[in-house]
Amino acid sequence: MNDIWQGIGEALRLVFSLDADLFEIVLRSLHVTVTAVAIASAIALPLGAWLAVSRFRMRRFTIAALNTLMGLPPVVVGLIVYILFSRSGPFGVFGLLFTPTAMIIAQVIIVTPLIASISHQAIRDLWADYHDLLISLNTTKRQRIVTLIWDSRRSLLTASLAGFGRAIGEVGAIMIVGGNIDHVTRVLTTAIALETGRGDFALALGLGFILIALAFIVNMTIHVLSKTERERRW
Amino acid sequence: MSQSSSIFPLRLENIQVRKRGNVLLNDISFSLVGNLTTVVMGPNGSGKTTLMRLMHGLERPRQGSLNWAITSEQARSKQSFVFQTPIMMRRRVDENLYYPLKLVATPKQETDLLVNHWLSATGLANKAKLPAQFLSGGERQKLAIARAMITKPQVLFLDEPTTNLDGQSTREIEALLRKVKPDGTCIVLSTHDLGQAKRLAEQVVFLNKGHLCEVSDAPQFFQKPQSSAAQLYLDGDIVE
Repeated sequence: MNDIWQGIGEALRLVFSLDADLFEIVLRSLHVTVTAVAIASAIALPLGAWLAVSRFRMRRFTIAALNTLMGLPPVVVGLIVYILFSRSGPFGVFGLLFTPTAMIIAQVIIVTPLIASISHQAIRDLWADYHDLLISLNTTKRQRIVTLIWDSRRSLLTASLAGFGRAIGEVGAIMIVGGNIDHVTRVLTTAIALETGRGDFALALGLGFILIALAFIVNMTIHVLSKTERERRW
Repeated sequence: MSQSSSIFPLRLENIQVRKRGNVLLNDISFSLVGNLTTVVMGPNGSGKTTLMRLMHGLERPRQGSLNWAITSEQARSKQSFVFQTPIMMRRRVDENLYYPLKLVATPKQETDLLVNHWLSATGLANKAKLPAQFLSGGERQKLAIARAMITKPQVLFLDEPTTNLDGQSTREIEALLRKVKPDGTCIVLSTHDLGQAKRLAEQVVFLNKGHLCEVSDAPQFFQKPQSSAAQLYLDGDIVE
């Protein structure tokens, strides 16, 4: 219990002393995660909508595969990205290993199935409501997808926030592809892992509390900006 | 939005519709010429909704043919459908009206005029900025009719539009439909409300158990129906 109090104290000290290293790590964490979630959402939301409105031969298999990929082990993703971007790998020529870009790529791979699967569920329910109307209005498939994404945007926000939650707390993959290099690829989660390994539990816990606070602030900000839970809006 | 070429007549020949092994419509043949308000009548389960959906293209026949005067693709864009339970988009009332106009890339100025016209015509102008979800059942149905009419279709299908509504809302919706008629829109409406059919119908299509019993002019149908099923129905008896 004492360690937890020390951790809270350490978190407050880091924040109020305006620790430069801490802010650098926090900003990098946000940069990597927000970029990854934005890219993943741009892929996953239309994919979820397309799966909801399309009928094709392997549809059930595709949805089952997508749901399975939600549980993709980050360490395995990290390892695959590492192999692909290592010097001898097919994308080694880009020199992206141990850069924030590699970390973003790994996170995109991890969170895209999660966002796509949740958005598919949300859009499928709305499609059931809208089906006859949109067919009756003679909409094209593209118009249907755009309409469904727009009208279920608040549910899709939850999908993206779930992706953010997974990405901001992710450590396995970004440790492998980022390397936890100080001032280059160190983020909150890898810093926590490092300090835990060093035995500085108070600092590790302090960083952990900051990570939780950061995730909470981002979630609250997005909810406030999107006016969810207000005036019974959708 | 184009009114250029008429989509009528609509010809149905030997139509059969099956779903999950059940025959919902069988051997249906008749024509609609387009200048008459047609009411599709029949007891529950007679196939009224299936016939309406079939004519609009939401159902496909297992057998037979259904042909408009123009291609079915062109015909679809000149029809609108109002469902028994109105489907409200998760948008504001006015945005529900803007939506079909945006689909056909209507110029902004014309869009605003049309939306304002239909908000006034339905009495929903003071609720334009509310989410459509907040409307009452009658208001939802009026909004659904306005949304269907805003693109000036040649045919408006209404599937039992007043089934769950009170007398006042029913009156308002019937008044709205009377306003639509002079605009050149043909109304095809299904109902099992005999009073409503008498008030609105110029032609009646009567169905029973998925079979077409008769297609008659309204006065003739209500005075002297040709089929025994229709006679029983009009007499308020149970139609077997």
